[in-house]
Amino acid sequence: MENNIPGSKKRRLRFPYKIRVEPRLVEAPGWVSVLLTIASIILALMVGAVLIALGGGDPIKAYIHIGKASFGSLGVFSDTLVKATPLMLVGLACSIAFRMKLWNIGAEGQFFIGAFAASVVVLLPVLPDSSPKWLFILIMFIFGFIGGALWGVIPGFLKVKFNVNEIISTLMMNYIAVFWNNYFIYAVWSEGGFQMSKTFPKNAWLPRLSDFAKDAPIFQGLTTHLGLVFAVIAAVIIWFILYRSKWGYEIRLIGDNAKAAKYSGISIGKNIILVMALSGGLAGLAGMSEISGVVHRLQGSISPGYGFTGIIIAWLAKLNPLAVIVVSILFGALILAGRELQPKGIPTMIQGVIFVFLIASDFFVRNRILFSRNIEE
Amino acid sequence: MPKEEVPDLKVIAHMQGIRKRFPGVLANDQVDFELREGEVHALLGENGAGKSTLMNILAGLYHPDSGTINIRGKQVSFNSPQDAIKVGIGMIHQHFMLVPSQTVTENVLLGLNDPPFIINLKDYDDKIRQLGERLGLIVDPRAKIWQLTVGEQQRVEILKMLYRGTNVLIMDEPTAVLAPSEIEDLFLTLRKMTAEGKSIVFISHKLNEITEISDRVTVLRRGKVTASGINTRETTREKLAELMVGREVLFRIDKKPVKPGDVVLSVENVQAENDKNLQSLRGLSLQVRAGEIVGLAGVAGNGQSELAEVITGLRKCTAGKICIHGQDTTNQSTLTSIRQGVSHIPEDRTHVGSAPNLSITDNVIMKNYNQQPIGMGWLINSLAANRFATKLKDEYEITAPLINTPVRLLSGGNLQRVILAREISSKPKLMVAVQPTRGLDVGAIEGVQRLLMQQREAGAAVLLISEELEELLSLSDRIYIIYEGQIMGEVTDGDIRKIGLMMTGTPLDKIGKEITEEDGK
Amino acid sequence: MDMSIVLQAGVATGTALLFATLGELLAERSGIMNLGVEGMMLLGAMAAYWVSAHYGVPWMGVIIGMLAAGLISQIHAFITINLRADQVVSGLSLNFLAAGVSVVLGEGLNSIKGVAILPSFTIPLLSQIPWIGKIFFTNQGILVYIGYLVFPLVWYFINRTRQGLHLRAVGEFPAAADSLGINVYRMRYLYVFIGGLFAGLAGAAISLSISPGWFSEKTTSGEGWIAVGLVIFAQWNPIRAAFGAYIFGALRRLVLDIQGPMMILGLANPFYYNPYFGFFLQMLPYAFTIIVLVLGSREAIKKRIGTPAALGIPYIRGERGM
Repeated sequence: MENNIPGSKKRRLRFPYKIRVEPRLVEAPGWVSVLLTIASIILALMVGAVLIALGGGDPIKAYIHIGKASFGSLGVFSDTLVKATPLMLVGLACSIAFRMKLWNIGAEGQFFIGAFAASVVVLLPVLPDSSPKWLFILIMFIFGFIGGALWGVIPGFLKVKFNVNEIISTLMMNYIAVFWNNYFIYAVWSEGGFQMSKTFPKNAWLPRLSDFAKDAPIFQGLTTHLGLVFAVIAAVIIWFILYRSKWGYEIRLIGDNAKAAKYSGISIGKNIILVMALSGGLAGLAGMSEISGVVHRLQGSISPGYGFTGIIIAWLAKLNPLAVIVVSILFGALILAGRELQPKGIPTMIQGVIFVFLIASDFFVRNRILFSRNIEE
Repeated sequence: MPKEEVPDLKVIAHMQGIRKRFPGVLANDQVDFELREGEVHALLGENGAGKSTLMNILAGLYHPDSGTINIRGKQVSFNSPQDAIKVGIGMIHQHFMLVPSQTVTENVLLGLNDPPFIINLKDYDDKIRQLGERLGLIVDPRAKIWQLTVGEQQRVEILKMLYRGTNVLIMDEPTAVLAPSEIEDLFLTLRKMTAEGKSIVFISHKLNEITEISDRVTVLRRGKVTASGINTRETTREKLAELMVGREVLFRIDKKPVKPGDVVLSVENVQAENDKNLQSLRGLSLQVRAGEIVGLAGVAGNGQSELAEVITGLRKCTAGKICIHGQDTTNQSTLTSIRQGVSHIPEDRTHVGSAPNLSITDNVIMKNYNQQPIGMGWLINSLAANRFATKLKDEYEITAPLINTPVRLLSGGNLQRVILAREISSKPKLMVAVQPTRGLDVGAIEGVQRLLMQQREAGAAVLLISEELEELLSLSDRIYIIYEGQIMGEVTDGDIRKIGLMMTGTPLDKIGKEITEEDGK
Repeated sequence: MDMSIVLQAGVATGTALLFATLGELLAERSGIMNLGVEGMMLLGAMAAYWVSAHYGVPWMGVIIGMLAAGLISQIHAFITINLRADQVVSGLSLNFLAAGVSVVLGEGLNSIKGVAILPSFTIPLLSQIPWIGKIFFTNQGILVYIGYLVFPLVWYFINRTRQGLHLRAVGEFPAAADSLGINVYRMRYLYVFIGGLFAGLAGAAISLSISPGWFSEKTTSGEGWIAVGLVIFAQWNPIRAAFGAYIFGALRRLVLDIQGPMMILGLANPFYYNPYFGFFLQMLPYAFTIIVLVLGSREAIKKRIGTPAALGIPYIRGERGM
């Protein structure tokens, strides 16, 4: 029960204060966690600045650019929301899985398969091009969800049946999904030799704000699409499932103590499969929303690593579905503005630094640091 | 068996004014302790009295907040167990510090600087075998730890310390996991060691063992010394017990007469495997009736946990039959057993019985979240859940700020109350209680025992699995004795001599002969 | 298609996997799972190539690449050992960080021409052995030969030396090791660092020897993750790890080479006539990793040995048990 930081333990530094670390015996107040999250983001941005400078960029310019290019006007904010939409869905996908300590890091692959499955509706085709918009969206929605869900269930099944580590299997499935997609855009649905499919008919596009510009001129040129509504509704539903349903209770119980769940008569295997299906389905929905709301065709570069960013978003949101919405908007901004930044890897790197600081900061939520005058030594 | 007085013993270790604080508890408060050469010095106290903490300080594992330690008159300050070993002090913990996948020799060599790099195990095997034979510590140096019995593992621990030239050996509850015959062997070895001039600190709360093996006793209560180095021969068990708990110990609980009803649980010839896929229940049969507490006595690891799991549906049995209220429930799911009114107080409160980061509410609804009124279709009625939790919190005197406090912040006694509240509130027909009082303080133990008695009076069938013989004797109407996955026999008159023989593997039907033979001598 | 050429190239490809797997194996043996292997490999590959591109000394590149990965691994060590965060999450974050840093700092490296790489050579006598000589000892990079020496040495180190004994104890039962004066924290830092060095070496082997160059994230293309999977398959045994690494290396090469010839075993080669089928081939190593895990997990359950008992569990002094 001795909880000194081991490194600082035996070294008898001539330091006027004694630092002691103890686990908190009462719950840390909510602001501690929020403050630490903000502090880690600020720290991360500072470290990011140093790294950008090392890589030959101008950090201040880069950050100002990120701010302007994502929140500067209604137009760019709308673009930020467009980027945030898939992030929300993927962030939810990760949150629900992580809540059960199910390390689904295959959201990227589930995203691709969701996009693929939604495209099947148009390209196979399942529906003729002349089908009404509502039908297109409904069927693509269902296909996207099911595609992602299937891709999620496979590793879930392998875990239940063969005890295969889901971290590795979901990750490997990411690569497989990308190659699967590539085969179809190169070989089957290639349009005029380019590595992309034909553009979807307008009926298969999710409605955008700019579609309503006739009635409300302020929407002129705004690209925010219906996917955002899907994402926000999904967040509310997931929140409701987690905190107000029997299934959510089971998920939280398994996540906190799987043995206790088993002892309460809850089937862990069944829940692994169901949660992987829901998680994969949400990521697949993100793929569908991106295909139908933004790209309007199937191609190779539909994701700048959304699936991986979702992991960080889930963590930053402390696995709270409603917080995922806010965090996704911030990361949407980072990704949107980051596209034009040089050197290229800046958004990934900043995400990485934020993630590292965030995890480190968790220590201070769980423990308290005591300072006392060092009289004895 | 008191030993001859050894005149004018040299003081080997002297601790003075030791203070040690842990988060939320003062474990040692101004404790003095003196150990002489060639003696067995017992350290007596209840769970949580600070015995282990004090000895962990002497063994260098903890650093005291204040106080001094003198070894052979020289003041020392240990920063690690290795510092203590260097001056000849070694400690054997209650949970053995042995690496299961490594051999005996490897475990003995662990942490030493010799050999510097390459290890040729054969060279060391012989050395260790010889050392063991000298003191009656027989164990194969090439065996892997997981292949050994608990008694053998303890020998390896002792060897490990002797190999390091230890002359002060601290043993934390060394007999807790041993069968009576193994205890005899251990005591023989200890006597050989003191004859060689080594000193032993014997931490225990078992009075009969302390009076048998020790020369002097120090008693701790709630972190403070209540008796310092008194001669074992000059005191009585009653006196020691009083020093330990601070008042006369109640050995018996008021037991109202209850007439046992129908058979609730019947286990017939059940076989099952443990986590390592080794046979652990070998055709075990027993019965528990409504309105009785049936104890299951036995040394740890003889199949008790597996039996509890088989009854509650957590483990599959490979053969045999389990009936509850006459209905065959063999290999049914946990959920079915919960619905049939089986409640289970698991051995491991934190890892099985509760979800540490979830609230009290979430923890008390674990068994009834999918039943009315808390479960409503797909949903959970959080108002009903909170009402239920508030009711249990008041009824069972759970001390916690709020019902949404995470249970990891509760004390052991309060956590056990949460579990008991949940398990009892379902009005069980059968209750399987495994070590329900382990690690609790005296007040909490009494509370738990009272609750179990109430269950009996309410007509539930209670199977009480415990390693505390005292507890079994005071609570149970009958006691079964388990040994290597089989029932050795049943005792209704609380005859400890019979229980002891059965715990070491003598079936009841052969006992009569042995006891008469002994009496004949 | 000459099978021995495929295998020869496979051994080279497998060498990077071998180093990464051995490094992760050592870290996991001490009880710390580091999922940042992929990122550390990238960092090693980038740093090594960067040094060689700017100073023209590939050997210095290898050393800097190893040190860079070793140093960044210490972030994971600090977060998991001292701050006791979840090893899975921390490893993932390290992965993002290291990959991001590599891509930022590696900007523009691919445009530098004529970067010096590590030498390859043929071993005189051994290369005469039929088949084996050609596969293992002909025209291989120097790191490949080092790989042959390293994995038996790692096995010997773990199983036959005092330090190896301590390493195993720390991963199996840290409290026991601690009670005997072994500094659990220092050991874990050390082996996470060594794991980082190995990952860096693996990265350097790719960028300066096996497939020279810097192609940002595509340089390692998931090999670090395969290595994490291989450790499980290997049941934490270096010899099995080497076996797995070379098989996987060969598989990866086979996937690339099989599209070349028109005929295979006297049959028309479908991959020659429809190169797009190659995408399915490229899935194979990843699919195979999953299959290997299925097989490995089943065997591991049966044997119930291998997994270091304290893997993934933070060690807190004074807390009983693990």
